[in-house]
Amino acid sequence: MVTAARRERRSSGVQRAEWRDGWLFASPFLLGVLIFWVGPMLYSLYLVTQEWDMLGPPRFVGLGNIRQAIEDPLVWKALGNTAYYTFIGVPLQLAVALLLALALNQAIRGRSIYRTIFYLPSITPAVASAVVWSQMFNADFGVLNNILRMFGFQPVKWLFDPEIAKPAFILMSLWAIGPQMVIFLAGLQNIPAELLEASSLDGAGSWQRFRSITLPLLSPVVFFNLVIGIIGSLQVFTAAFVLTSGGPQNATLFMVLYIYLQGFRQFQMGYAATLAWMLFWIIMFFTFLQFRVANRWVYYETQV
Amino acid sequence: MKTNISEPLRAPAVTEPGASRRSSRRVNLGHLLLHICLIVLGLSFLVPLLWVLVTSLKTAGQVFVVPVEWLPRTPQWSNYREIFEILPLTAFIRNSAIVTVLGTLGSVLSATLVGYSLARLRWPGRDAVFALLIATLMLPGVVTLIPTFILFRSLGWLDTFLPLVVPSWFGGAFYIFLMRQFMQGIPYELEEAARIDGASSIRILFQIIAPLCGPAIATVAIFSFLAHYNDFLGPLLYLSTNEKFTLPLGLFWYQGRYGNSWHLVMAASTVAIAPVIVLFFAAQRYFIRGIAMTGLAGR
Repeated sequence: MVTAARRERRSSGVQRAEWRDGWLFASPFLLGVLIFWVGPMLYSLYLVTQEWDMLGPPRFVGLGNIRQAIEDPLVWKALGNTAYYTFIGVPLQLAVALLLALALNQAIRGRSIYRTIFYLPSITPAVASAVVWSQMFNADFGVLNNILRMFGFQPVKWLFDPEIAKPAFILMSLWAIGPQMVIFLAGLQNIPAELLEASSLDGAGSWQRFRSITLPLLSPVVFFNLVIGIIGSLQVFTAAFVLTSGGPQNATLFMVLYIYLQGFRQFQMGYAATLAWMLFWIIMFFTFLQFRVANRWVYYETQV
Repeated sequence: MKTNISEPLRAPAVTEPGASRRSSRRVNLGHLLLHICLIVLGLSFLVPLLWVLVTSLKTAGQVFVVPVEWLPRTPQWSNYREIFEILPLTAFIRNSAIVTVLGTLGSVLSATLVGYSLARLRWPGRDAVFALLIATLMLPGVVTLIPTFILFRSLGWLDTFLPLVVPSWFGGAFYIFLMRQFMQGIPYELEEAARIDGASSIRILFQIIAPLCGPAIATVAIFSFLAHYNDFLGPLLYLSTNEKFTLPLGLFWYQGRYGNSWHLVMAASTVAIAPVIVLFFAAQRYFIRGIAMTGLAGR
């Protein structure tokens, strides 16, 4: 009896220690959330109502920043550019990544070499790849125009042509799809071979197998790549900043670039914070939307 | 992400699919076509990287020769000596090393600590904290760009490495998530015995759990290394003295200033790209497994 009571007391002491350690060990993250998320977001809400150049004292402008944003044609231009880059770019990225993954999922020789080649560009520092691509796109001696000339096409002005600049950025983004490809590949390799074999015994062709087995089983991975891809793409910055600074004729003025220019070139901290909040809600909207729509097309094994 | 999120991570099998099919030895026409497509695509993926390397070995005049010379007749290795002379490149390398090492160290330590707490300690509020973690994973960081800058400015941290390093010591949500998923897969018996013997949580973590988390730690270290090394916006916002620039910022500054000396810009680019390529070949397994882990973690 005595020992049982003692054990009880000891175990509740152990439990208390575990509670304490749990909170203690998690505290860096909790502090981090307070310092780098909650605090800044609250402060940023305050900034929305202020006009502040970081030199003089901030001045209260109420809803002035929001009104300014709605009336600013460059905001709509930047949002349009960002939407174009994201909603055309991300599906293309996923399609190419999936095609590469399907190819590399075949039992062919040299798979790991191909995988390495397709993956390497994605770890190249963004500035370095922007610098390199400025050369690929060069109108006079760039590699792309060289190839076009070789096949008898007219050279293109790429980043200097407002019509072509955004597609050029999307082309460049296709170069860095390594991670999506590897994620698809892992997803493909998780699909039980028995299922595919059973369906080919039932006489399903390879397209039918892909439509009715591979794609549904892969849909959670597609969903993951889509959500992450859209969140990242809507916040594109470095390539445009390095290559075009938003030109030509603001054709590559993306939203984060515009926020940067307003905040750190014009020193309109209140206005920049307002624009950041706008983009924040746009991204949140599309993320929620995807989760809402997800149960119509994303298939989870646990639902069976 | 929707269901199963709290289940331990299945280690994805990345290598050797279809090994069973290898028996058919005859030349496969489909595979031949596939190889042709992959070689063409592979070459087009390689061209930009090859271009950097090749251009970095040319003279200023050769750069603009059309059609492109893919094999410079006399490689100009002296370009590399030249960029070290005209650029504070040694300082850039040192700065990048400091930021990357300190940032990665912080990410790994904090992710291990927080991941352990979320995976294996039982405490009230844990599930709520985990939900918070998942939420921050998907919050767009752009909203904190301006206020965080003002925060660091008011702390007097502008033009120091602190804004680039300190946040990592508070644990990145993504790294914590990876560690937590991995740690959940470790059997509890190992830990129970030590706990009954009266070992403290911190001792259990560092003597029993952490040594079993090699692959997860390697993955977090690699991702964090890449994030810190490749970061551009951070150094752009916070560093203003030339000698404090990291490699990406230094490269940007240099190409803006001497953008016409493309052979030298490409030599500097090669210096900036080389470390990540070396890291990739040294730790390829962890790269691939790590990325596969992130994708499947969402299931």
